[in-house]
Amino acid sequence: MTRAPDPLAARGAPPAPTPAPAPAPPLAMLAELTHRCPLACPYCSNPLELTARAGELSTLQWARIFEEAAALGVLQLHLSGGEPLARRDLEELVRAARGADLYTNLITSGIGLTERRLDALEAAGLDHAQLSLQGVDAASADEIGGYRGGYVRKRQAAAWIVQRGVPLTLNAVMHRRNLDRLEETIALAETMGARRLEVATVQFHGWAAKNRGALMPTRDQARRAGEVVAAARRRLAGRLVIDYVPADHHADYPKACMGGWGSTGLNVTPDGTVLPCHAAQSIPGLVFDNAAQRPLARIWREGAAFRAYRGDDWMQEPCRSCDRKGRDFGGCRCQAMALTGDPAATDPVCVKSPHRAALVAAAERDAHDAAATLTWRAAAS
Amino acid sequence: MSGGAGAAPPAAPAAAGPRAPAPPPPHGLSPDCRPRLLRGVRVKHDAVRGVPVLLAPERVIRLDPIGAAILEETDGARTFAEIVAALAARFDAPRDRIEGDAGRFLAALVARRMAEAP
Repeated sequence: MTRAPDPLAARGAPPAPTPAPAPAPPLAMLAELTHRCPLACPYCSNPLELTARAGELSTLQWARIFEEAAALGVLQLHLSGGEPLARRDLEELVRAARGADLYTNLITSGIGLTERRLDALEAAGLDHAQLSLQGVDAASADEIGGYRGGYVRKRQAAAWIVQRGVPLTLNAVMHRRNLDRLEETIALAETMGARRLEVATVQFHGWAAKNRGALMPTRDQARRAGEVVAAARRRLAGRLVIDYVPADHHADYPKACMGGWGSTGLNVTPDGTVLPCHAAQSIPGLVFDNAAQRPLARIWREGAAFRAYRGDDWMQEPCRSCDRKGRDFGGCRCQAMALTGDPAATDPVCVKSPHRAALVAAAERDAHDAAATLTWRAAAS
Repeated sequence: MSGGAGAAPPAAPAAAGPRAPAPPPPHGLSPDCRPRLLRGVRVKHDAVRGVPVLLAPERVIRLDPIGAAILEETDGARTFAEIVAALAARFDAPRDRIEGDAGRFLAALVARRMAEAP
């Protein structure tokens, strides 16, 4: 691109600092409509400090944010929570999202879904539903969810969704207590008529970090899970698509968290705070903007929290000179913060991290903590 | 929401042109099947990026012009043979090459549960 000569430079003044190039637009936005939820899963990814109902954005505020997101380049909108069905205006929000031409996905536990609400969601243009799965039977699922009767209601919700032909994904968060039942989990997804299954090993942020001793998979479980998924993918090709998030504390290299900070997606919390990832508030010193007060495009392009770890200028060694930095982006900033105290450190999962040995020792210890009990998520008021 | 979410990149883009690396595998689509996109899978012109994209559950696939052309002909009414004939006429290209390209492209969508070919 050619540029006009800088008049200041011609007068011998120092050149103005080069503005950062505009980042590529985001593909996806996660809208956490509410933190209210009937379930209390001990690995909930909501923050420990939950937003109360009184702090939630209004229907109109969300609708405007959806319009801004579409104009910015967001293609897919994930309506999440908490439990998004706790919002009585969910149908209206889906209509607003489709009105903005966003691909609209509902991420739900299924609790609170009725046939009437599902009809209204379908009429509003819902594209896809993702249903969480806490376990393969009522006893284990309801224990994890902390909600009696939840499993039965979830199965009913799934049946309604599939009967109507709405594409269904099941999201199964896996951990030490249910990884030995992964084959049953996959079989259940087939039985329920899901088109996709996400086998997502728990990530130890937020509430899950309080439950490391109760949920950390063993190294052997993590290895077998990889084999089970590989075999199921071969067997079910063309019938059930399986996405797999392995146990990263037992991996050699870190996950490519968020596909790179500030590169692919953004999260909006119930009160409108815009985050580069759902756990970003665990990093001290980051300043977050609010989409109710500032245009989303400006937040994405110029927001301090998005610029903090975008690209690779922030990287230290061993990331800076690593040939994997364009693949895993140094891993997870929140995990680096939690386990090393430095959010710009290499994710300690990485074999090149000096903190790797401590991470492995802690994972081994927690994976064999037979005395640990579950701490369930608190309720949002 | 769930605790396994952070690791997966949201809807990472993937190039999905109809040209697979050589040697081309057989696609297995019969000439008289009628391929169509499944519900929840649709093509949209991405005005911000200036390209057609295929939107599906948790996936965004950037279409090249040939992929977009194949999906324009894929309406659930036309047979695969009719789709191939229409594309061969439209691009003035050899029918067997179009047949291989379109067949592999659509078969990949079937394998990923984005299309069906009854």
